[in-house]
Formats: sequence, structure tokens, C-alpha cells
Amino acid sequence: MKPIRHTLFGAAIALATGLTGAATIAATPSNMLVIANRIDDITTLDPAQSFEFAGGDVSHNLYNKLVNFDPNNLDAGYVADLAESWSVSDDGKTITFKMRPGVKFASGNPVTAKDAEYSLRRAVILKKTPSFILTQFGFTPENVKDTIVATDDMTLKITTDKRYATSFVLNSMTATIGGIVDSKLVQSHATGGDMGNEWLRTNTAGSGPYVLGSWKPNESITLVANPDYYGGAPAMKKVVVRHIQESSTQRLLLERGDIDVARNLNPEDIAGIRGKPGLAVDSELRGRIMYIAFNQKNKILANPKVQEALKYLIDYKGMQDSFLKGQYVIHQAFLPATFLGAIKDTPYSLNVAKAKKLLAEAGYAKGFEVGIIVREAQERLEMAQSIQNTFAKAGITVKLTVGTGKQILGIYRARKHDIYLGAWGPDYPDPNTNASTFAWNGDNSDAAGLTGVLAWRNSWDNAKITKETEAAMVEGNRDARAKMYEATQREFQKVAPFAVMFQKIEQTGRSDKVKHLNLGGAITAVSYWPVTK
Amino acid sequence: MLGLLFITFFIGRVMPVDPVLSIVGERATKEVYEAAYKALGLDQPLIVQFFFYIRDVVQGNFGISLRTGFPVAVDIRRVFPATMELATLGTIFGVILGVPLGVLAAVKRGTWIDQIARVVALIGYSMPVFWLGLIGLLLFYGILGWVGGPGRLDIFLQDEVQQVTGMILIDSLLAGNIEVFRNALTHIILPASLLGYYSLAYISRMTRSFMLEQLNSEYIITARVKGLSERSVIWRHAFGNIKVQLITVIALSYAGLLEGSVLTEIIFAWPGIGSYITTSLLSADMNAVMGGTVVVGLVFVLLNILAELLYQFFDPRAK
Repeated sequence: MKPIRHTLFGAAIALATGLTGAATIAATPSNMLVIANRIDDITTLDPAQSFEFAGGDVSHNLYNKLVNFDPNNLDAGYVADLAESWSVSDDGKTITFKMRPGVKFASGNPVTAKDAEYSLRRAVILKKTPSFILTQFGFTPENVKDTIVATDDMTLKITTDKRYATSFVLNSMTATIGGIVDSKLVQSHATGGDMGNEWLRTNTAGSGPYVLGSWKPNESITLVANPDYYGGAPAMKKVVVRHIQESSTQRLLLERGDIDVARNLNPEDIAGIRGKPGLAVDSELRGRIMYIAFNQKNKILANPKVQEALKYLIDYKGMQDSFLKGQYVIHQAFLPATFLGAIKDTPYSLNVAKAKKLLAEAGYAKGFEVGIIVREAQERLEMAQSIQNTFAKAGITVKLTVGTGKQILGIYRARKHDIYLGAWGPDYPDPNTNASTFAWNGDNSDAAGLTGVLAWRNSWDNAKITKETEAAMVEGNRDARAKMYEATQREFQKVAPFAVMFQKIEQTGRSDKVKHLNLGGAITAVSYWPVTK
Repeated sequence: MLGLLFITFFIGRVMPVDPVLSIVGERATKEVYEAAYKALGLDQPLIVQFFFYIRDVVQGNFGISLRTGFPVAVDIRRVFPATMELATLGTIFGVILGVPLGVLAAVKRGTWIDQIARVVALIGYSMPVFWLGLIGLLLFYGILGWVGGPGRLDIFLQDEVQQVTGMILIDSLLAGNIEVFRNALTHIILPASLLGYYSLAYISRMTRSFMLEQLNSEYIITARVKGLSERSVIWRHAFGNIKVQLITVIALSYAGLLEGSVLTEIIFAWPGIGSYITTSLLSADMNAVMGGTVVVGLVFVLLNILAELLYQFFDPRAK
């Protein structure tokens, strides 16, 4: 029997010594920022195509834009970036940008108006998903030769098809698609008329504070500081974003000092690290809005009294203070707080008596049956269940349909739902992004197929609000424009078949050594270059 | 293999998810959507799509993954070595500890040793992997700090060694970089032990029952009567006769681990093929799912062939 025991003990001892011998207490190097995040949504790094959160975070640090947000002062709105200054023609259609002199791409090529011309034209011609952010100003692959023109190395003129609010055009330029690429470098990698789309998917050609070190899908992204960045070399020489799916895993890594920032901690883990020495928790308002919408193809839901009643049958506060605590805050207007023209009015709260009265007036004193479709995400399911309970108090029976994101979206886009519960995030940092989808509906017919428009998805057509939205889109004066959105949202709160409920708060756990990390608030993406440790 | 391909292909196509939406996103205009729809060949009849697919697979082209944007073959080349490294180490643990434990339990049948072996195996069978994994991480990494955390390497070491096989333990040795090797070892030891424990549970139970069968045979009694040493009876006679059966069990257990243990991979942030196939499935990335399935199918076939070859080596009758 001895040999067997020997083997067992031997193995156990070898294992134990092997483990202890190799143990080290980890700490990330002081000039390196290590972040845990879910990055499995990235499919491309080409700014003309990238349209996901994690991709936007990367792109924001690789590419400069003509105008951009200052991470240390987001409230200031867009400020000069690669364009040093700009002027608007009298008819409001042409904007002339003067380029910042002496800026170089990471490749060493100078940044000129020709590069800006190439980048913007390219985004229009490639027609990828986010191209609508530019083409909504009337740019087409056919007319960009005349509408986006570099008149010399330092001057870029862009001409829109009609007058738009300047703030609208410039806000849109701060989106990922406004990233200026190194035209010489990109053209040298173009194959088969793709304008370098395939090459830029996994490579970068920007002038931003970072260049791409490596990207391993679902594993990690490494950014390396660009020492020649015109704003000064960043303090963090290397930024590594590592894909960690599980919240509890992220928390362990953070507590052990193997990462500096954990971006996907659930409320339990946030509570767990709060107050621990060496760690800190940040809360930032993000752009995502949680709402429910009533399909107007459903006769009962088309009744304004019913709509109003339903808005009084949601326990906003109860949800905010219980399962949504720290993740969402009550917000009842379609523009997220911090957007131009955002309002803080919250006219609705749970009021069963009032709702019953309204339902009786509408002829549904005994309630009715209705379906709610929702994606199988925990917070949404909990919201749906809470709403199911409060609706029941007025006799309304809710049938919940739960599915994957894509199944539910399919039903919603086909306008086959009764009530949809879900989220919306702004596409670009201008109030028009949400106004044009919640409030505007240009053609309510099934044939129009405006599947990207939430008002259309719910078959809601309000001519007055559509007109107001269009007017706000072209108002040149920034303050007057803000006032118009405020008025539209108050009207919307009353008459629209939407109950906007919450705005997202993102909670981040970080080492307290990490300073000046700005995730971009509701309007832009994360900035790594101001970070110090 | 063809049947496997057909079934995965068919299930993939009837799934109520829209692969085009996964590419273009929900905000895409109709025009963008339709361009992508055509580019994927989804406007063709199902059977035509299937033949196109088979044609490409035969040429080693699994198509482009919708989710990562890389060719599926490139993705698999990246994720499979990670799983292989983990599964191989896990199986080695399982065999080194499981076989002696099984033999011991059989020899000492009914004693406290047998009972302990039974309990160890039972826990291995029934304990949920995510729980054991998290507790292991919490204890050995979070509290004691004996092992490395989730992931294959400490982050600042990650691009130090050039990729040759994709298995960091081997690549670091090839490059002669002992620091990376040690670091990789501290990261792999916990998930590999966890997988090893599961394979131990299975292997030890199977070994025990094979051994019992042999030990109750008449030839063993004969051997004992002949006055052979107990050691010789157990190892040369009884164990010698179960080698072939054991190989089958080990090969099966190894193949199971090579499919990738999804939960283990997620908890340990291990970028392997299990989580690759699963996340691809959830986002309707059928090229990736089918590519992954074909590779797993191939692994099963290869391991079977390997096991057959080993039979011939160990079993004189098979020659």
C-alpha cells in the first residue's frame, strides 16, 4: 500500500508548496490603468461604423473630432478640438472650420482639413449604421464632393441641405462617427473600395491621446499613450480594459488590487466595497432612459384617459428606493438630465384612486386585460412585475411576455405589442436624438417602416409635437432652442402614450488612487487621458 | 459530421432571432439592414444557404463571426488553446489523483477510506461548479492570496510572450520566460484543479467499480493462493486488466472538458471555447456556433481514434 500513499501525499505536498511559493500580492503599475468592463459588444473600431458603448469608449480615446466635449467640464457643451474656430454663414447652411495648426497624427502625418474632409465623406459614403448621424443633414454619397469640402489645408466647409441649429450640427460632430482619421494611412490600407473599413476594424489611425496596442475580442483591449498628443502626453502610459463578465469576479479583482476600476458591479457588490479602505464608489448619470410605451393600435390604450390612468399606476418611488436603488433615478421626460433643454418635472406618482377615477371616466371601471413585453434582464423584469402589481390595483390584468432582447425587439419593431417596457439611449449628444424618436413621427403608415422611431413603433402620430420637434431642430439660438424642448417635453408628458420612468445611474468601483476618471456622463464616452494615479 | 452540421445549421436558421440586427444594430435604416441581409446571403433559400456553407467549411472557411467581426477560424484558433490548456491540466489532475483513489477505495472496500473516497466523489458530482469556483476564488485568491486571479495572466504581463501554440504555459517555456510561466501557473492552478476535481470524481468512481469487478474474479484468488505479493496482485494483475476500460473513461472525460466548461470559463474570465460558443449562440452568431460545434465534433473523433490506438498498445488481444 505504501506506493499509493506516497503518490497521494506527494501530489498534495507538491501542490501546496507550488501554490504558496508562487503567491504574490498584486498591484498594478503606477503608470498603467487597468479596467474591468464588459467589452463583448465591440465588433469594429472603425469610427465610421462603431456604434456600441464599449466601442465608443475606445474610439473616444483614439480619435479627435472637429469639436468635442471637455471631460473636465462637460456642462460647457462642445468646445474646439481639431477645429480651432468656426463660423456660420448668414443663411445658416454653411459652417466653415479653421483647423488647429501643428497637430500631428500618431503616424507623424500632419492633421489637415483634407483629412477631415476625407473622414466625414468616408462616413457618409460607407453608409454604416451610425451614418444617419451625418446624413440627417442632407449629405449623400453623391453630393459630398460639393457639401463637405476642404478649400485649403486649414479650412473645411460643410454645407447642409437646409438651415439647422448650429448646436445640432456641432453636437452631432462629437459623436464617434465624427472621429478624424489619417487619410494617407487609411487610403494605403484600402482594399476593394472599402475605404480602409476592414483595416480600421482592427487598427487605428487617429491623432488622439492613445493609440491601439491590441484588441482581443471578448478578452482585452490595450491602449498605449500617444506621446505626441497635442493636449500633452497622458499620465497613464497604458490602459488595459479587460473583459470580465461577472460582477463578483470584478469585485474580487478590485479588492485584490489587480484592477483599478470595476465598471459592472451590481448593487450588492457596490454595497460590499463601499467604505473599504483604498476603494471608492463613483455615481454618474448616464444617458439611458427606462420607459413604458402604449401601442396606439390597441383601442383601449389609444384612449387618452386610459393612458393618463396608467401613468398614475406606476410606483416610481417604490421602485427607485427598492430594487433600483443606486442604479436608476426617477426621471419623467424624454431628454436625459444634462442634455440641452432637459427638464426635471415629475408630474406623475402612484395614485390608485385617481387612476380608478380616470378609468371609470374612460368606461373601464372594471379594468381590462393587456400584455406587456419585456426583455429578460433582471431589472426590467422587476420593473414589469412591480407595474403588473400596481396595474392590478385598478383591475387591469397584465400578461407578461418575456423574451431575449432580439425577440422582444422584433415584436416591438413590428408594432405587434400592447405595452413595451424597455430602455432607450441617445445616439448622439444633441436633444434632437431623443426628440426625433420619442416625439417625431413623419409617417405613421405601416408601409413607412420607420422602425427606428419609437413614436412610429407605438403608432403614435401627433402633428403638433412633430412640428415643434422640427422647429427646434432648426432654431439657431441655443437658449431659445432649449426653451422649445422644455415646452415640448411638458406637452409630451401630458399627451404622449409614453411613461418615461427612470434615468440610469452608473456606479463604478475604483481604487481611491485613481483620480479624474470621467465616464462621459449622459452625453459622451469615457476619457482616459486626464486620469492620474 | 455532416449530420451534426445539418442539425446545427437548421436549428440556427429557425431560431427566432435576427442575425442581421446583431450586425447593424436596432437603429439601422432599412437600406443598411437590407444591404447586410443580402451580404449574409439570407435572401437565398435555406437549402442553398446550407450547400454554400458546406462548400466553405470543406475549404476550412467557417465564415465571419458576426459578433467579433473576425473569421471564425481565427477566433477558434485564439479560444481553443485556452480551453485545451485548462482541460489538459484538469485531466492530468483528475487522472493522477482519481485513479489511485479509485484503486484504493476498491482495495479497502467498506472501510473508512472507501467512505471518504465516496464522499469526495459525491461532492464532485453534485456541487455546482459556479459555487465551488467562486468559493475557491474567494478563499485562495481573495483572502489567502495564494493563487492568481481570474484571467490567464496578470494584466501587465499579457503581451510579453509571443504566441506560438496559444497555450501560455508552453509559449512561455518556448520563449524561456520563467516569470510569465510562473504567473500563468498561478492563474491556471485554481480553475484546472476545479475541473480536475470533477474529472477526479468521475474517474475515481469508474476505477473503483472496474477494480472491484477484477478483484472479485477467480484469477485474483488464484494469484493470491499462489502467494504473490498483494502489490503485484493489485497492480500487475487487476489494474493491468482495467487499463483499456480506463482509457475510454479518461478520453471521454477529457473530451468533455475540451468542449469547454462554460461556467468555469465565465467565473475565471477564461477566454475559452465554451464561453465563445455560448455567447455566440445567445447573439445568434451562427457561423461561430457552427464553427465551434464542428471543432468540438472533430475533437471527439480524434480522441476516439487516439483511444483506439492506445487500446492496441495496452491490450495484446487488439493487436
